[in-house]
Amino acid sequence: MNAQPGPIRPAPLIGPDDVPYLPRGVRLQDDRVRGIRVLQAPERAMQLDAIGDAILGELDGSRSMAAIVSGLAARYNAPEDQIAGDVRDFLTGLIERRMVFVRKP
Amino acid sequence: MKDQQHQPRDLDGNPVTPGLPMAMLAEVTHRCPLACPYCSNPVELTRAAQELTADDWGRVFRQAADLGVLQVHISGGEPGARRDLAQIVAHARDAGLYVNLITSGIGITRDRLEELDRAGVDHVQLSLQGIRPDMADRISGHPGSWDKKMHFAEWVQQIGFPLTINAVVHRQNLERLPDMIELAETLGARRIEVATVQFHGWADLNRKALMPTREQAAFARQVVNDARIRLRGRMVIDYVPADHHAVFPKACMGGWGSTGLNVAPDGTVLPCHAAQTITWMRFENVRDRDLGDIWQNSDSFNAFRGTGWMPEPCQSCDRKTIDFGGCRCQAMALAGDARATDPVCSLSPFHAEVVARAEADAEADTADLIYRRMRKGD
Repeated sequence: MNAQPGPIRPAPLIGPDDVPYLPRGVRLQDDRVRGIRVLQAPERAMQLDAIGDAILGELDGSRSMAAIVSGLAARYNAPEDQIAGDVRDFLTGLIERRMVFVRKP
Repeated sequence: MKDQQHQPRDLDGNPVTPGLPMAMLAEVTHRCPLACPYCSNPVELTRAAQELTADDWGRVFRQAADLGVLQVHISGGEPGARRDLAQIVAHARDAGLYVNLITSGIGITRDRLEELDRAGVDHVQLSLQGIRPDMADRISGHPGSWDKKMHFAEWVQQIGFPLTINAVVHRQNLERLPDMIELAETLGARRIEVATVQFHGWADLNRKALMPTREQAAFARQVVNDARIRLRGRMVIDYVPADHHAVFPKACMGGWGSTGLNVAPDGTVLPCHAAQTITWMRFENVRDRDLGDIWQNSDSFNAFRGTGWMPEPCQSCDRKTIDFGGCRCQAMALAGDARATDPVCSLSPFHAEVVARAEADAEADTADLIYRRMRKGD
């Protein structure tokens, strides 16, 4: 899991208890021509790898980031703290682009 | 169809490999209630009678989706000038495209905006010509435009569309950039695009009144950088700086015929919205040929694909796959040759002349504007 690599990690914009969700105007979609998954958003279609697709597929608007991380760690049999860092960095990048919104607990 | 079965080649005969386009600009009309002096439409405007029908657009959208297009930007002119706009939008959604509506907000009532919501508009982009009535109405040439836009923005918020504010900046309004950003925040925009006027077509006629100064460009850069830090996670700021102050040119369209295409109101298919300023180039029409065939096989799209066609200093430059030699239309306008290195590049032999002219225009003592108008009888 290394969705957002890079030596400098910007301050996270989401905490474990926050609930991330796709706001109106942002949706996951199949790209049937390229055979990949994309995140469609205002003025931007972002090509997703399997990891990004797996994370975004968990956003149901009710579960917290901590719950999403636990679910992914169990499903992929991976250490929870590593998954937590990757999910947090990936979602922070999308929150910066206003492609993911966050509901505070 | 003469070249359909053949290997696509650039204008020098070098073999090229067309990729897949991501986005399509659909200019559904050139009609517009505004008269902005930097309008990106061509100086020769298309009449209503020549416009594609909504069903034509439906066919084009399906061909675009088959070709790999994911997003359509429905623009104009003012797309709201089309009474069948909701039908056009519905066709785009039926084809599976993400629909961005680019509008001045003038001429779309609350009821029509709700109709566009039902038709499937995903995102609304509202243009701003200035801040407050004095500047907005003067630049747009449309008295009352400011008030109408502010009502429109309120309806966008009430319905819940994601909103982008599109602020075009130039010498006469750059000082108010901080206010434009603040207004976008107040209107609940997720994004603001701050775009310096690109001096093609109509804007080129108004260079002396609109060209920003070097100090203004530096000011804008500072304002944008500060606002990006302050608004991180709350609003995105996309910024298109003035070309003439750059060291290297912009990768126009991400490379000619590489990721985007533009369909004009009459069905002409263009590699970029200004491509018709390259007067020797012949463009195809969706009335005659399938969009995929035009994308893959037309001489116009293949002309500047790849890097084989590039002259020096581009050909031996290690940035040739970064900026693709810059903008072909700007090369045409400033160097008189669409193949030339974009003259805003510091490596172009025309660079010094271009910068000197831009700086002279920026110091010009005029605010008089030539407004975009259709000719009498259009």
